[in-house]
Amino acid sequence: MKKIALLLCLVLCFSVFSGCSNSGKTVLRVYNWGEYIDESVIKEFEKRFPDIRVQYETYTDNEIMYTKITNSSTKYDVLIPSDYMIERLIGENMLAPLNFDNIPNYSLIDNKYKNLDFDPENKYSVPYMWGTLGILYDKTKVHEEHFTWEMLFDGKYANSILMKKDMRDALGVSLKSLGYSFNSVDAGELNAAKDRLSAQKNNVLAYVNDDGMDKMIAGEAPMALMYSGDAAYCISENDNLAFAIPEDGSNLFFDSMVIPANSEHKDAAEKFINFMCEKEIAEKNANEIGYSTPHTGVYEALPAEVKNSFAYPETDILEKAEIYKYLGEEITSMYERVWSEFQASL
Amino acid sequence: MMKFFKKIYFYLILLFLYAPILTLVVFSFNEAKSRGKWGGFSLRWYKELFQNAEIMDALLSTVLVALLAALISTVIGTISALALHKSGTFFRKTMINLTYLPMMNSDIVTGVSLMLLFSFLHFELGFVTLLLSHITFCIPYVILSVMPKLYGLNPSVYEAALDLGASPLQAYRKIVLPDILPGIISGFLISITLSIDDFVISFFNTGNGVKNISILVYTSKTGVKPENYALSSIMFGAVLILLLIINIKEKKKATEGNY
Amino acid sequence: MKKNNLLRAVALFPFLIWIILLIVVPVILIAYYGLTNADGVFSLDNFRQFFQPNYLRVFGRSLYLALLATVICLLVGYPIAMILAGNTFKRKTLLVVLLIAPMWMNFLLRTYAWLTLLEGNGVFNTILQSLGLPKQAFLGNVNAVVFGMVYNFLPYMIFPIYTSISKIPKNIIEAAKDLGGGNVICFFRIILPLSVPGILSGVTMVFVPGVTTFVISQFLGSGKITLIGDIIEQQFMHAGNWGFGAAISIIVMIAVVLCMWLVNRFSDDSEVIMP
Repeated sequence: MKKIALLLCLVLCFSVFSGCSNSGKTVLRVYNWGEYIDESVIKEFEKRFPDIRVQYETYTDNEIMYTKITNSSTKYDVLIPSDYMIERLIGENMLAPLNFDNIPNYSLIDNKYKNLDFDPENKYSVPYMWGTLGILYDKTKVHEEHFTWEMLFDGKYANSILMKKDMRDALGVSLKSLGYSFNSVDAGELNAAKDRLSAQKNNVLAYVNDDGMDKMIAGEAPMALMYSGDAAYCISENDNLAFAIPEDGSNLFFDSMVIPANSEHKDAAEKFINFMCEKEIAEKNANEIGYSTPHTGVYEALPAEVKNSFAYPETDILEKAEIYKYLGEEITSMYERVWSEFQASL
Repeated sequence: MMKFFKKIYFYLILLFLYAPILTLVVFSFNEAKSRGKWGGFSLRWYKELFQNAEIMDALLSTVLVALLAALISTVIGTISALALHKSGTFFRKTMINLTYLPMMNSDIVTGVSLMLLFSFLHFELGFVTLLLSHITFCIPYVILSVMPKLYGLNPSVYEAALDLGASPLQAYRKIVLPDILPGIISGFLISITLSIDDFVISFFNTGNGVKNISILVYTSKTGVKPENYALSSIMFGAVLILLLIINIKEKKKATEGNY
Repeated sequence: MKKNNLLRAVALFPFLIWIILLIVVPVILIAYYGLTNADGVFSLDNFRQFFQPNYLRVFGRSLYLALLATVICLLVGYPIAMILAGNTFKRKTLLVVLLIAPMWMNFLLRTYAWLTLLEGNGVFNTILQSLGLPKQAFLGNVNAVVFGMVYNFLPYMIFPIYTSISKIPKNIIEAAKDLGGGNVICFFRIILPLSVPGILSGVTMVFVPGVTTFVISQFLGSGKITLIGDIIEQQFMHAGNWGFGAAISIIVMIAVVLCMWLVNRFSDDSEVIMP
């Protein structure tokens, strides 16, 4: 018995010490969407900057990220939220202005992705990826000529849809299918959207986050509400799949790199952001995750079939698309309330 | 005949409990990445498993938290049970009822309440909070498996030891401890089991990149990666070896005749 | 004697710290969050928000499904406990470990493994198809959720019952049989009543986690069967509405303690038993 106890102590001591072997390095805390980076890039960064260790964590939607950074005492150094969330964070003074002298590679980003509405003077964010929301479908099971959001609510697709569990996306799509805006601030419209989502339950095979990708690749469902980048990945794994951007207008989103105001390693964070904008690195990420790149060089090097694919839609589609806006505290909590009432209705 | 049916029923339940585990083991040798399709036999995922630092870290955290939590809660639980046993009735009853609280409270309430505590104290979520939360839900099980053994003790033996000049500590170590040892050991084992199996409490009380296996599975939302299948089969292998050891020991015991 | 008291006080110190800091204070904090609004002022808004048809329906469903799972676990698990305690098998330790062992493989991995078996193109459906039978939708319904609860919590039912049955002295049972009691009478008059403490702790250990699980409903229920645990998780991790989450937690806590108190009234022996 004593021997076992001794052995146990030794094992514990050993493991505790081995855990500490990294001390002395700057720990850079990066908080990103799940499945949204080529992970070898992180190793490369650590190799390039041996005194920095990256602690990489992921989230499944903007709201989870927001809850985490506002409520936990963990201080992150780099976040990659979407447009409306960046707008909110800027408004709440939660972001640090970037020192662009430390991010020379910012010049490699195409100008049309700079100074967007959520960060009009582009003081806080560096674009990482962008994309659209659409419908990924199985060509052998779905035969439609025109794709609209209405499809997701059409009775003929019973038990067929993988529906995103993201608040803005689900409510937004429902709003749009009713002819309202993705950014509706009207309580009546929102409630109608909620009721529509509740009624959609019979069409839904499963409510998913990123796990929807695996299911689509495995051929589990005829269609899914999905981001263009995830869809590109699924299509590369399963030839039967195709992606459509609904004709009644989609959501266009931008995910950008930002540094929280309470970051303790701003220099290292800027190094990381600059590194992510290097052409080779940005190329690796874009190839791995399938989203659309804002990087001029990476875009130009793309093969023509990608440039012409849904990843880079024509201007009329982009013009019809809406970008999410931050709707203010009051409306946001109304969204949250409606969303949890929807969940409770399932 | 009855015995036959009993055996069949028992084996059926075992099959039910092990069906998913066996599936994991089989698919860990599957060359193809996707579930449900067989792409030929391969050890590919085992190789990738050992190269996957994230999974290895998670495995280490799981084992480390389980061992530490079990060890600490066994020590605290045992000492507390001894002290409570000697306390006045009212105090003892109140305390034992409080001890029940985390068991009556569902995991989610315990997990959430601890998270509120850590956030209130501005404690950074991570390994320490994970460990503390596991200790919290393990202690009651230790106390409750040691207590009954204490009630079964014969107090006069302990008193005799004191009369013969032993100090109270000596008397505890030489007389009481050996008698309650089975209770302590089962408390320790229950703690390890619960700690490894837990998801909900860990979910609310870890952060800062510290992940145990359940958190890893929950956050790798693209579904279980084939590497995780390989991990499960290795864990299953470890369990099998343990079973084998127990089997041999039991056989020995049986032949020695002190069963 | 004085020295003894001092020793006891020292020995109780870590226990008291644990009880106060990690059990009592957190519960007080939950109450605090539940009973205040965003500005930290006392308010019952969080509770009021809960009392509307949707949430109550979800809560009722959670209680009902957990109850169903508990009953199934009891019916399936009791015979196992009896077989284990009886003389059907010789190597009991081995069998006990065999029943515990799945828990060492982690709850989430096991639940995920069921997905592989039960999915639309999963193993079971592949078998059905190769037999020329139509595919079945196993997931995304109430049955799948109850199934997941039974699968995961069954060992928690078996062991307490096993422990209390094996504590019954053999001579009592033999005496009953000598006095002419058949197997059935012996079971209802002796074994069942004496195993009540085990049943009670088994029921507690299945029902309580069953009411509040959110993983099983998300994985096996495909997110289509919302349980109260899903709502709590949603409020804390997603909506950041800790007050509402805490209020629901309090309601769940009260309901569960009430249920358990009701159950425990059938017995004054509230000792919780594990192997």
